Amino acid sequence: MTQPFYVSPEQVMKDRADFARKGIARGRSVVVLSCREGIALVAENPSPSLHKIGEIYDKIAFAAVGKYNEFESLRQAGVRYADVRGYSYDRVDVTGRGLASVYAQSLGAVFTAEQKPFEVELTVAEVGHDVGSDHLFRLTFDGSIADERRFVVMGGAAERVAESVIAGWSAEASFTEAIQLAAKALREDRTETPLSLEVGVLDRHSETERGVRRAFRRIAGEELDELLAVPI
Amino acid sequence: MNDFLAERVAAQSTSSFTEHLASARPDLLPSNRLLPTDASHLAPHGTTVVAIAFAGGVVMAGDRRATMGSMIASRHIEKVFPADRYSVLGIAGTAGLAIDIVRLFQVELEHYEKIEGTRLSLEGKATRLGAMIRANLGLALQGLAVVPLFAGFDLEQGVGRLFSYDVTGGRYEEPEHHSVGSGSVFARGALKKLWRPGLSEEDAVRIAVESLFDAADDDSATGGPDPLRQLWPVVYTVTRAGHRRASEHELSQIAGDIFEQRSIAGREA
Repeated sequence: MTQPFYVSPEQVMKDRADFARKGIARGRSVVVLSCREGIALVAENPSPSLHKIGEIYDKIAFAAVGKYNEFESLRQAGVRYADVRGYSYDRVDVTGRGLASVYAQSLGAVFTAEQKPFEVELTVAEVGHDVGSDHLFRLTFDGSIADERRFVVMGGAAERVAESVIAGWSAEASFTEAIQLAAKALREDRTETPLSLEVGVLDRHSETERGVRRAFRRIAGEELDELLAVPI
Repeated sequence: MNDFLAERVAAQSTSSFTEHLASARPDLLPSNRLLPTDASHLAPHGTTVVAIAFAGGVVMAGDRRATMGSMIASRHIEKVFPADRYSVLGIAGTAGLAIDIVRLFQVELEHYEKIEGTRLSLEGKATRLGAMIRANLGLALQGLAVVPLFAGFDLEQGVGRLFSYDVTGGRYEEPEHHSVGSGSVFARGALKKLWRPGLSEEDAVRIAVESLFDAADDDSATGGPDPLRQLWPVVYTVTRAGHRRASEHELSQIAGDIFEQRSIAGREA
């Protein structure tokens, strides 16, 4: 009988983390940023149907980078969690913080207990009354959670894209300005010109202006082309 | 181990909120309540709901009364609700269960939309509601029936459509107009005389209110327009642009017109 080699727990964790980081670094970037009109979520995504951005609940949206099957199952689990909570208590009792902590626990459990960690990075965005009360929770593959201000950039070239977003970010920006800033930042990362974008917004004033509780809205097709072409 | 995991993932991959609740939290389903036999006298009952098709959409209206035996349990209850952007749902029967079924149905539609990324078809929504009513059959046999009326705008066909149900979950598409609840016989009689093809939205709202007026005239469990408390029926219209709730102002004017017309005629209503 052969004896398995001893591997220190530090080494196991390091190997797992390196593995997950490599997977995420291959992915294209996503930018989530707060602005005057709400929160804009902008992803570089060549597929029009396999989304990286999604609606979770009235004021909560989800953005992810990494392996599609893994973050899609997390997105669906999030929708189930939020709907059960809202149905059994009340719609206002579903919060971004609650959802983010459930995600952190699941990611943490998978990181330590399963064969391989999830190769994903997530952002849970919750829109508030103003930029100061927006919440952006960033979750990494090991279950770490960070409460970010202003914006989050995830994916392969996150640092370079983030530098570009910092330079242009303003709390007074409209959706048009915020989405153009994100598109410009994502372009830093690429050489080929046509950039397929997936865009969603959490509208701060959806109830007063559109009469709907659900703040999330996708911007695609002609509407997106026009929005990107507006001169600022 | 892997087989087991794969099975679990497959079993969990449902876009139906009701199915998810049935496996994860069955205690939250309205149909899983245990109550004594014949509990009908314990709970308030909601009464009359009418729905009318017009050129370009549908109207649904419900009176504001709930009764417990011969007593009025509520004058303010609402029995017509938006199910999603393009459909509305009216409920007659045991009020408590009915309101829970409405909430469950609203979450069911939104849940499907979020998981799948597309809306259910109008037929799909109607079938789903039928299944929920069927799940409630046990309680219906104990005297706690819930009978819905479902109406919506079919975006594929470009028309408004109505669906009625029985307690066993049977789903029937209705042409022109339909009504449910204790005053439905009288409302339906009125609708037969008032409805005509190609109605405008404005006329359809008026006819819906007028038929409830007639139902309240002959059925003690249906509440009529109440000028004393400024209470009017709840009226929703659904068109290609989505659903809209008729304003209090609009309804008070319609009710005022009906009162005036009928008192001028000076007849036995």
